Amino acid sequence: MNAIDKQYHLEPNRRFSQIITGLILIILFGWSVSAIQFEQLATNGLTIAKNILLGLVQPDVELLFNFTNGVPYLLIETMAIAFLGTIVGAILAIPLAFLSASNIVPKPVASIVRILLVFIRTIPAIVYGLMFIRVTGPGPFAGVLTMSLTSIGMLAKLYVDVIEDLDTSILESMESLGCTVMEKIRYGIFPQLSVLFLSIIIYRYDMNLRDAAVLGLVGAGGIGAPLIFAMNSYRWSEVGSILIGLVVLILIVEYISNKIRTKLVRG
Amino acid sequence: MFAKMLLTRKMTLPNGKIVVEMRSMTPLVILLLIGFGYGSIQITGFDLQVLINRIGQFFVIIQEMIPPTWAYIPQVWRPLLDTIKMSLLGSLLGAITALPLAMLAASNITKTKWVSSTVKFILSILRTLPTLVVALIATYIFGLGTLAGTVAIYLFTIAYIGKLLYEQIENANLDAYEAMHSMGLTTIQSFRYAVFPQILPNYLSTSLFCFEGNVRYAAILGYVGAGGIGLLLNESLGWRNYSNLGMILLMLVVVVYMIESISEYYRKKLT
Repeated sequence: MNAIDKQYHLEPNRRFSQIITGLILIILFGWSVSAIQFEQLATNGLTIAKNILLGLVQPDVELLFNFTNGVPYLLIETMAIAFLGTIVGAILAIPLAFLSASNIVPKPVASIVRILLVFIRTIPAIVYGLMFIRVTGPGPFAGVLTMSLTSIGMLAKLYVDVIEDLDTSILESMESLGCTVMEKIRYGIFPQLSVLFLSIIIYRYDMNLRDAAVLGLVGAGGIGAPLIFAMNSYRWSEVGSILIGLVVLILIVEYISNKIRTKLVRG
Repeated sequence: MFAKMLLTRKMTLPNGKIVVEMRSMTPLVILLLIGFGYGSIQITGFDLQVLINRIGQFFVIIQEMIPPTWAYIPQVWRPLLDTIKMSLLGSLLGAITALPLAMLAASNITKTKWVSSTVKFILSILRTLPTLVVALIATYIFGLGTLAGTVAIYLFTIAYIGKLLYEQIENANLDAYEAMHSMGLTTIQSFRYAVFPQILPNYLSTSLFCFEGNVRYAAILGYVGAGGIGLLLNESLGWRNYSNLGMILLMLVVVVYMIESISEYYRKKLT
């Protein structure tokens, strides 16, 4: 037996675990297919699909370039909602993140705050939207509040990972130099966190822009409401122009944010 | 580009050398942020006064949610399981479909430039469309129900995993791939034996992560009639039956947290 064959026979036999994994996947698949009701297939689905495609190809050009109350204005409103929501959320998430970092506060406090964060993160944005409409009335203001609350959950989670990776040896050396607490925070902690936090915030802005586009469903401002109205009344060319505007905006923002984030991380 | 516009400070060292210190960009960034912030406040009508005066209303609803109606649990189970099934099926099929698409989109495997850029373009457009909007369109085509929701999740999963996967493939080490190619294996065969093992752990962990997020997205899809627990959510919100809503949310949080913990455990093991 030559060396290659020997090595080949040394390979662990994974067939058993592969078969088990495959079986589990097939069972999960079968289980989940049971939820799908095929009989409700809309009969005129194909015509509607064709109309949607036609609408996308022939968008309502006038709406697309109407700056006073057309797509551009709605997009700017959506951006403003996402921007303000991200900023407020980013600021509010900082204390929560420190309170749930297990290397800063005692374990019980950290786990309680963590459970609170799970709640904040999981409750759908639409529910928050409806709750805030009761506070502010329908409009973009409710959208801002919703965005800030939903951002807190994810931002705090990502912040915590950064905080728990904090290099504490710097703080110890500063302490031995006789630095005060404020100095330690300013020169020891802040420079370590600021760049990574910024990168996380920009990433979240990206996501918020997408979510803000949906909030219009419940009347919380942004481009969502006109989109839904246009869809419900089958005005597909309007839908087309709104979707085109939205996709272009998100692609541009994503491109810019990726550029900034690589620059931030590489220094 | 911007750095050149800012003032720089010149310092002369004792040995006569002139050192140019770059000014920090921070003041400029802060100025820009304040500007954008002010504009956004104007556009959205953000008003701190209103917020402080009426924030109590927010907690009124939360108070009504507690205690949740425990008797409502039996009615919540089925839609909740439907939601999980929808996201499971969508994620599973999406993850499988994403693999060949990622191969087509990776510019180092697919040498035809227009094919790879077209696939990339389609993937990024699919990714930018909000899931809820896709679900709404899907309800028009596939009718109300879980099928529409599954389609929406399926499309999003393809786009999300496809993007991360083709980036992985493009960064993978291709030495073995090229060696196999030169030995006469087809592209698919050499991909299977040389590139696939490299990306497999990441592929699985991305798929798990995507499934996690999909459960959360699937929860709201019912709001537009695409099946799952969102239907109940919409109903209790409409009837202002907040204690039922509290029960739904509580169960949703528990289930999502469980799925998240399990998937996090396996993702840690994978990497």
